[in-house]
Amino acid sequence: MTARPLGEEITLPPAIDEADRARLHATWEPVTGIMGWLKSVNHKSVGKRYICTALVFFLLGGLEAAAMRAQLARPENTLIGPDLYNQIFTMHGSTMMFLFAVPIMTAIGIYLVPLMIGTRNVAFPRLNALGYWMYLCGGIFLYTFFFLNTGPDAGWFNYVPLSGPQYGMGKRVDVWAQMVTFTEISALVAALEMVVTIFKMRAPGMTWGRLPLLVWAQLVTAVMVMFAMSSVATASIMLGADRLIATQFFNPAEGGDVLLWQHLFWFFGHPEVYIIFIPALGMVSQIVTTFSRRPVFGYPAMVAALVATGTVGFGLWVHHMFSTSVHQLGQSYFTAASAMISIPTGVQIFCWIATLWLGRPVWRTPLLFVVGFLVVFMIGGLSGVMLASVPFDVQATDTYFVVAHLHYVLLGGAILPLIGAFYYWYPKVTGRMMSERLGRWNFWLLFVGVNVTFFPMHILGLKGMTRRIYTYPEYMGWGTLNLIATIGAVIIVAGMAVFAVNLFVSLKRGAIAGPNPWDADTLEWATSSPPPPYNFVNIPVVTSREGTWAYGEEIPVMTGLKTDRPETLITTTMTTEPLYRHELPAPTLAPLGMAIVIGGMLTAGIFTPWGLPMGSLVVIVPFYFWGWPDKRQHERNLREERERRGEAEAA
Amino acid sequence: MKSRDLLWAALAGVAVACTAYDHQSVLDPVGPQATSTRQLFYFMVAVAVIVYVIVVGALLLVIRNRRTAVDDPQSPAREARAERTIKIAVAIVVPVLFVFLLYDFAVARVVGRMPEGSMLTIDVTGHQWWWEVTYEDPIPHNIFHTANEIHIPVGRPVRIKLASHDVIHSFWVPNLSGKKDLIPGHADDIMIRADQPGIYRGQCAEFCGLEHAKMAMLVVAESPAEFTRWVQLQRQPAPAPVDSVAIAGQRVFESGSCAMCHTIASTQAAATVGPNLTHVAGRMTIAAGTLQNSRGNLAGWILDPQTIKPGAKMPANALAPAELQALLAYLGTLK
Amino acid sequence: MIGSRTSSIGVFPLAVLLVLALGGCKDEKREFREMPPAGSPIGAVRESELQPGPSVVAESTKSPYGNNAYALSEGKRLYNQMNCSGCHFQGGGGIGPPLMDDDWIYGSDPSQIFTTIVEGRPNGMPTFKGKLSNQQVWQLVAYVRSLSGLEGTSVSSAREDHMYVSPDLQLRSPQTPKNTNTPSK
Repeated sequence: MTARPLGEEITLPPAIDEADRARLHATWEPVTGIMGWLKSVNHKSVGKRYICTALVFFLLGGLEAAAMRAQLARPENTLIGPDLYNQIFTMHGSTMMFLFAVPIMTAIGIYLVPLMIGTRNVAFPRLNALGYWMYLCGGIFLYTFFFLNTGPDAGWFNYVPLSGPQYGMGKRVDVWAQMVTFTEISALVAALEMVVTIFKMRAPGMTWGRLPLLVWAQLVTAVMVMFAMSSVATASIMLGADRLIATQFFNPAEGGDVLLWQHLFWFFGHPEVYIIFIPALGMVSQIVTTFSRRPVFGYPAMVAALVATGTVGFGLWVHHMFSTSVHQLGQSYFTAASAMISIPTGVQIFCWIATLWLGRPVWRTPLLFVVGFLVVFMIGGLSGVMLASVPFDVQATDTYFVVAHLHYVLLGGAILPLIGAFYYWYPKVTGRMMSERLGRWNFWLLFVGVNVTFFPMHILGLKGMTRRIYTYPEYMGWGTLNLIATIGAVIIVAGMAVFAVNLFVSLKRGAIAGPNPWDADTLEWATSSPPPPYNFVNIPVVTSREGTWAYGEEIPVMTGLKTDRPETLITTTMTTEPLYRHELPAPTLAPLGMAIVIGGMLTAGIFTPWGLPMGSLVVIVPFYFWGWPDKRQHERNLREERERRGEAEAA
Repeated sequence: MKSRDLLWAALAGVAVACTAYDHQSVLDPVGPQATSTRQLFYFMVAVAVIVYVIVVGALLLVIRNRRTAVDDPQSPAREARAERTIKIAVAIVVPVLFVFLLYDFAVARVVGRMPEGSMLTIDVTGHQWWWEVTYEDPIPHNIFHTANEIHIPVGRPVRIKLASHDVIHSFWVPNLSGKKDLIPGHADDIMIRADQPGIYRGQCAEFCGLEHAKMAMLVVAESPAEFTRWVQLQRQPAPAPVDSVAIAGQRVFESGSCAMCHTIASTQAAATVGPNLTHVAGRMTIAAGTLQNSRGNLAGWILDPQTIKPGAKMPANALAPAELQALLAYLGTLK
Repeated sequence: MIGSRTSSIGVFPLAVLLVLALGGCKDEKREFREMPPAGSPIGAVRESELQPGPSVVAESTKSPYGNNAYALSEGKRLYNQMNCSGCHFQGGGGIGPPLMDDDWIYGSDPSQIFTTIVEGRPNGMPTFKGKLSNQQVWQLVAYVRSLSGLEGTSVSSAREDHMYVSPDLQLRSPQTPKNTNTPSK
């Protein structure tokens, strides 16, 4: 599929007009200071906030993991009792999945996708801001209750009946179910705006065949989020209703079914892994491309692999339930699907290795993390294929073998590429480079730590150590391997501490990056670092998949967008022909107000059945402000309309 | 380099794990399902190691021999070579996965099928946090109950019918077979057979609340003769105590709080909230595998179970020393 | 850095949540072995309003587990396992008097219910003296009082995993005890 020639739209970049830039700046960032911060709807501000907040939750989740490793370091340990331990492991899983991994992958998309596709903001900037505030409220909500001894304690999977009204007494599980509501609102609006942004706001000439792989990955992820989050939303609402107003969805005695929960949960839970993993694959592709100094090998195959992973990812959820009473024939289907999903991932791995082989790899920290990713993730991927086997799965499931597997997949497959991505895009976001020396320390500590922590867990699982136990007797002989795992956790903590130091120190002391320090090809490198609020002075025009490599400094652009209002270009979905200029909303407090009101409503909703219906009435207030037209914009439009009429009459 | 070292360490670790005897291990099977699963596991590990070595080896080679020369990174000849290699690799991976699937389905058939024959049927009900065990028999008065300890005859297939009293639990005795969940509202069963005598430990594998960590059980596989003797004993009611201390102990049991939850057959204690204690002295552990069954442990458990197993449904019992000693003497007679 | 500013923004909702959920700590505590003050209420309970000498106004005792979710849930379990439901059913009464209404023959005060359970009452209520630990009795007291909405409705569970027997506690209107035997507040 090739774009129609864009002809006259391709012009040389106009001479840089400082006045133009100042005007654009004033248009796109009209409010500064604390109000400007609260009102901001710019995708870069929102993206940065998302990332910083997610890192805070990463830290909290990590501390919980460290607490668990401390408790399990030796048999019969009494550091943490069962009540607290159950809350801690539930918080660890929920934090890492709902408050760290998914949001940070989304956040990186929110920051980078508009830059990579050459537009000025996301499609629905206020919705985007709402998504962030909802996420922040959800995180604060969960941790406030955790510190009040009301942290969820039925596992991040919350199997009924343990999480049901009878055995999950108190408000602990309600807190979990409502936290899901917060994060699913945030994830769904982010997914929605990501899809629309990618469909309608690509720069002229950025056809589907020229879309950077990270953008493809974000698109696949966004579509997955829509389906997966709907499933967990349904499930958590049913659970909340069972607990608060005595519905019978999960009560076998009244015709409900406890396995219904597991199906709904894993129909979300398994794709969730790919929602975390696929953006990481996109990051790996960008890093491999840049540091191999050539376009990624097998672009069509890579895109097909991402789409295939996203599709097949919905067909494997039952492999989390092999030890329940699922019919053997049905199990075979899910075994085959689980084995099949290794093919697209394998194709991508082959293509990356081929790219490295064909190119001239430049040995910098981001590439180091990518190689680490392949080495570590492969172990998790292969043990994943093993777990597709029903007879082996029913031995290994709910043991430390699975703990090892999932941490190899998530730490290897998502965290290592993510940290590589931090080293790669940090100069773009902050304008300064991160330290390479600390980067290597960070990598090697993390790499060794991950393996020392999680490899012994494979053996522990085979030796019968089940998951989610707060202690174990000495005679089981699990002590040594657990101690090794705890030592590994200390190494991971050291590695992450180096990363944190690097993040903070480089902010002030890092070398000045310049617009394109890595000589990378995608469009985010075609603007200054950090990018101005309007991203590009003029919307770039794309004529090749190689982006900046095809032109160097001189990128063809499209002019004609007004500078006195926040305009961006809407293009057709398939051929990216310019359709019209679209004015984006000005900064506003409405998203923050809306998030606070919805947050209050959801919080009240776990204490009283009246919370949600009454809250829905209150939500009308921020809706009203949200929809109220901007006064200046309205007057301006009226004036222009009058002028146009005047001209028409004169004619 | 690092990864290869780790790989060897891993293989060594697995090898060590296989040679040592483990009473709760996937790698030391004594039943047909666990044995064929272990074979499948070794096959998968072998294939995985080969795949891993080839792919990671290729990656490391590419990096070590990375080119710094200025030749064309997009030369069509090299691209064609890369494409051919990838096609071959995929063409190998797909049949390997098919072989894996076929082998897996074959093992799944073995695991799912058990020679019928003279099947012994045992009901196991999961409770927070202990296992209720009932031996079925066509003759009602031959049915007997025990807890947390399952005796089976060597070589004879056993059908274990699984049910849950409260939340989801999972029955797992790794040396015999994979796990099966006990799900409220879903009756299910699992078949096991022990081919060697021994004591195999099992543990609840599905998170079931506060004391999920302390919900273990023992499967005792013994010769058919020993098993029959054990069954005969279990069918008997508890022997009436003879010495005066034990008689006093029985009174403590029946008149105090014990009888509110426990049953001792042929006495007035007939509640079914907690484990059946008719032959408690004959069991190896108490509190679902938490403690070895000794007089001292039992005393500690009766007085203060919440320190040993916080959250367990057994309350603390403030017994006078004489009452406690009498009770222990009585429980000691329940062989 | 943006992260630090984020936290200052978070202060407002945080404060609101703190105020809202300040009681959460106690409500959600799982007390496994602590012995609440037990002996005193038994002696303090009076069967009659009449007394010699100057009239002393008795203090109403507070149930140690009034709003504790775990105790309430344990109380509910014991209520069924100790066969309270055999006579009182799920609060509606039958052989024994109903527990979800506003009529308390022997008083609705926690100490009175404690005594009723421990000592038994004429005409059928058995004594549980020595059969249950004090902690268990207090758990039962908390649950019994929650049946008529006297306390604990905010932490009681909506339903059990068995057949539907009575309307959700949280949707039932609380009953004010009308019996004269309640010690004056």
